Formats: sequence, structure tokens, C-alpha cells
Amino acid sequence: MAETLTTLPAREEQRPAEAQLTGRPPVGERSAGAWPTRFRRNRYWIILAGLALLSVAITYGILGWENPMPFGSDGFWRIAKLRATSLVVIIVVAFCQSISTVAFHTVTNNRIITPSIMGFESLYRVVQTGAVFVLGVAGATVVQGLWQFLGQVLVMVAFSALLYGWLLTGRFGNLHIMLLVGIILGGGLGAFATLMQRMLSPAEFDVLTARLIGSISNADATYLGFSLPMAGVAGGLLWLGSQRLNVMALGREAAVNLGINHRRTMIIVLLLVSVMMAVSTSLVGPMTFFGFLVAMISYQLADTHDHRFTFPMAWLTGFVTLGGAYFVLKNIFYAQGSVGIIIEIVGGTFFLLYVLRKGRL
Amino acid sequence: MIDLTSVAKSYSSEVTIGPVDLQIPAGGITAMVGPNGAGKSTLLTMVGRLLGMDTGTIEVAGYDVVSTRSKDLAKIVSILRQENHFVTRLTVRQLVGFGRFPHSGGRLTPIDEEKVSESIDFLGLQDLEKRYLDELSGGQRQRAYVAMVLAQDTDYLLLDEPLNNLDMRHSVQMMQHLRRAARELNRTVVIVLHDINFAGHYADHICAMKNGRVEHFGTPAEIMTPEVLSSIFETPVDVVEGPRGRLAVYY
Repeated sequence: MAETLTTLPAREEQRPAEAQLTGRPPVGERSAGAWPTRFRRNRYWIILAGLALLSVAITYGILGWENPMPFGSDGFWRIAKLRATSLVVIIVVAFCQSISTVAFHTVTNNRIITPSIMGFESLYRVVQTGAVFVLGVAGATVVQGLWQFLGQVLVMVAFSALLYGWLLTGRFGNLHIMLLVGIILGGGLGAFATLMQRMLSPAEFDVLTARLIGSISNADATYLGFSLPMAGVAGGLLWLGSQRLNVMALGREAAVNLGINHRRTMIIVLLLVSVMMAVSTSLVGPMTFFGFLVAMISYQLADTHDHRFTFPMAWLTGFVTLGGAYFVLKNIFYAQGSVGIIIEIVGGTFFLLYVLRKGRL
Repeated sequence: MIDLTSVAKSYSSEVTIGPVDLQIPAGGITAMVGPNGAGKSTLLTMVGRLLGMDTGTIEVAGYDVVSTRSKDLAKIVSILRQENHFVTRLTVRQLVGFGRFPHSGGRLTPIDEEKVSESIDFLGLQDLEKRYLDELSGGQRQRAYVAMVLAQDTDYLLLDEPLNNLDMRHSVQMMQHLRRAARELNRTVVIVLHDINFAGHYADHICAMKNGRVEHFGTPAEIMTPEVLSSIFETPVDVVEGPRGRLAVYY
């Protein structure tokens, strides 16, 4: 990004002489950058800087707020370390949800359907409920642990690979059918999980509920060593593929015309998305509308089609939303357990308003 | 040269395209005409590798469109379809900039920007280049997409009804632009047209299709006859000598 900042003005300076010759408007104004005007470009960087500052403040707030020890002392850092886990979880979840939702929106050429709707949460619920159902309260601990975590990620990625592989390379090759099947599968799995939940004892159900509703304080730090690099690699690959994603946004035919292998790119992106979704869901449970909320806000803030700039904006927006909600709920309302619920309420309302205002999908 | 050898595609037992054997010479404008459902657009999309065929081979400038890497083909042949999904936060200039993607991989060099400017000026979009696509009329957007494939700088240009949504003045300008591109820049333009008179006036070759097959291929003088046109379009067509050349009259 720093490179872009320095090269843009230089490129513009090269042109005025020829501009006068050809009688065109000043050529400095004629470039197909990420924003059509200087004003819009500045607006982006100012908002990004503002969000970055806010993120630093939230980071400090989470680590240092009501920390009884003086700042900088050994005790301060000891307490901060205890809180750092939640912070890292927030960073990872915000990263996974925002990047994967934006990428998913792009390759599917829609801005409504998010990965969650493809049956991810439902699969998670079935795995969790199934363990408690079959093994009782003891089962809830069975789906915890490092290998179980990796297994869960694997199951979820395999699930999406099967679904995408079958539907996209099969004779359908049609996104609408895939989404429809995804919704039906998601609904079916969800119903199956609910059926099992009906038959649980109250004690078992209680344990399960605590597990199913997204909670940052609920996440186990032992997973972070694995989910961090996994999410980082997947997100990094998506960011490196920004230019291709920009072309994918033009639709299949325009993308093929410009030399993109549309089907292969699509499957790779969807697999990376499923890795990130699996990491996020396994860490904090289902978050149906968080990705949607963050993606929609960041489209407005970034105001560009260029993913190189949309991605960082989305990540920061996600961190500020999730971290801010966690900080406020924890320190003002003493209810850090309900961050997921609040975000879902806000996100769900926003989703409804958006669909109603637009009047169509 | 675009070379089609026994190309066929079937949707069902009744609806089949081909087998088509056709050679479209390099240079000049070749217009594809025919009634609805004749297979003009299908054939064009198969040449542009947007649609696979069941049997046969298609070669563009000696490159097989199935086996050649899509990335390499994007520098040889470009195709524009009728309907395009458009991104709302995209300006005309950014869209045209995408035409340089096969050459630049997304990072536009000053040379790319120059090509983009040329292409925008070529289609008279200078004043619109900073407008977002959703702020444009259908015809303006259509011209922006044509500017994009022109910026792609390919020897072969396939356009599926580019005159859709264009008014009289812009239709004529578009055809003049394309003829200029064909003559001055030595491009090969293959274009699906609905108005036979546009084809008769601007094209160098006309390919007349009907029921999934190529019925006639020739110069406008050979195709613009009452017999050929009446049989192709299954409606009585008269051809008269107008002040600017032959005109098909079918109203």
C-alpha cells in the first residue's frame, strides 16, 4: 500500500507535457486507479487511518482498561497477557469473517448471500449437537482439543470441497443451483441438529447452548497456534489474488474474455473461504450476520472495486465492530458473553433493512 | 483467419447447431445475420471460448480455442456479449482499464493508460470517463464495454449485437469506428447484427445463418439479393438501389 501511495503522484507527474500536445484534459486526472478523483482517494486513506487509530484504542482498552497495576509494570503486562487471548481471537475472527465474505460476494457476483448460508453453521451445529447427543455431557468435551479442532476444520473444508466440486464441475456448473442446494442442505442439517436438541436432557442442552452461541471468552487458546497461520495463509492468498478477484467481479464471461480460468479461480477462492470460515466457526461458533454487516459497511467506506483496498478496510471494520462491541459489553454492561448475540441482532436487522430497501435479492 | 471445422453443439434433439464448416478471413468486418435462434450468438460465443462445443475444432489465427491457454488467447481474441453484469462502483475508465488486464495483470503502466485513453477517445467517452457505470444510460454503458474490448488490443474482435440500446447516431458511429479499427488497425471484427442494412453497408463479408447452419457466406453484393434474404429471413424482402447503396426493404 505504501508503494501505491508513492507511485501514484509520480505517474501523474509524467503526463502534463503530452497532455498539452494532445489537447486532452490534464492527463494527471486520467488514470484508471482505484478511485476516480483525488478526493475519493484521500477519503479512503483518512477513513482507514481513523479506523486504525480506533483499533489501537480498542486494543489498549481491551488490554489495559481497569487494569489495577500501573501501565508498564510487570503486573500490568501479566494481566494484559491474560486478556490477550480474547484480543487475538477477535483479530482472527474479524479477519476470517470479513475477508472471506468479501471474496465470496465477489466470486458469486452477489452481495446478499454469505458463506454462512452455504450450510457452514449448520454443519458446526450438527457436529457439536451430535457429540453431546451421542456421548452426553461428557461429549461436549470430546469435541474440544487440538485434534478435534483440526478434525472439525477438515470436515468443514471437505464438506465444501465436495459440494463445490460436485456442483461446479458437474453438469450443473451453475451458481444458483449450488446456492439453492447449500440453503437446503443448511436447512436440513439445521433441522437435524434441532431434532437432536429436542431430545437432550436440560443439563446437556445447557452445556450445548453455551457451546453453540458465539463467544469470544469461550475460545480455547490452544487452537490459536494452528488457526492463526491457517487463516493468515488463506487470507494472504486471497489478498495476493486481488487483481484476479477484481476481474472475477465483472462476471464469468468478461472474466474468461480477459483470460481468467473462471472455474478454477472460483473453486480455489471458495476453498480458501471455507478454510477461513471453518477457523472462525470452530473458534467462536456461528456468526451468521457478522460477515454481511462488516462487508456492507466496508464497501461503503472503501468506495472502490479494487480488492487490494477493500480487504484491509473490511478487516479493520470487522475488528472495530467486534472489538468495540466486546469492550463496551465487557466493561460497561458486564456482559461479555453476549457479544455474539448483540452482533447478530444488529447484523440481522441491518440485513433485513438492506433487503427491504433494495426490494430484491 | 478464424477456422471452424465441423463444429456442432446440441441442446436437445430438436435444437442443434451445426455441423458448421466456416472460414472467416482475417481483416475487415464480417457480419453474422439471420433470424432469431439461428445460432449466430452461440457460434460467436464458441469462437470466443465462452461456451464449449460438442464436436469439431475452432482455430483463431492458428490457435485452437480449447487447448490454448485462456491467458494467451486473451491477447489474440476478445469477445463482448450482449448482457454484462456490471459492478456498481466502477467508473468507465476503470472498466476500460480492465481491457489491459491480459497485458498488465492489473497494474497499469503508463503505456496501458495511454491505450485506455485512446480507446476511450475512440468511442467518444472522454466526458463520461469518471462516471460510474450505474450513472450511465444503456447505450453509454454499451459503448464503455466496447471500449474495454478495444483496449484489449487483440487482432480478433467478436461482438454480439453491439448496436443494441444504441440510437441511430451512435449505431452509425459505432459501425464507423469498427470499420476504422478494421481498416487502420488491421483488426478482424466479427459482429452479430440484426439490421441487415447495417450489415450490407459496413461489412466486408456477410455470414447468413439459419437453423444452426451457415446458409450463405459472401460479400454484401452476393448476399444483398431478394432471393437470398427472403429465404434466410422467411419473409418477403425487396432490395432497392438507395442513394447510398443497396437497401433491403421488408416493412
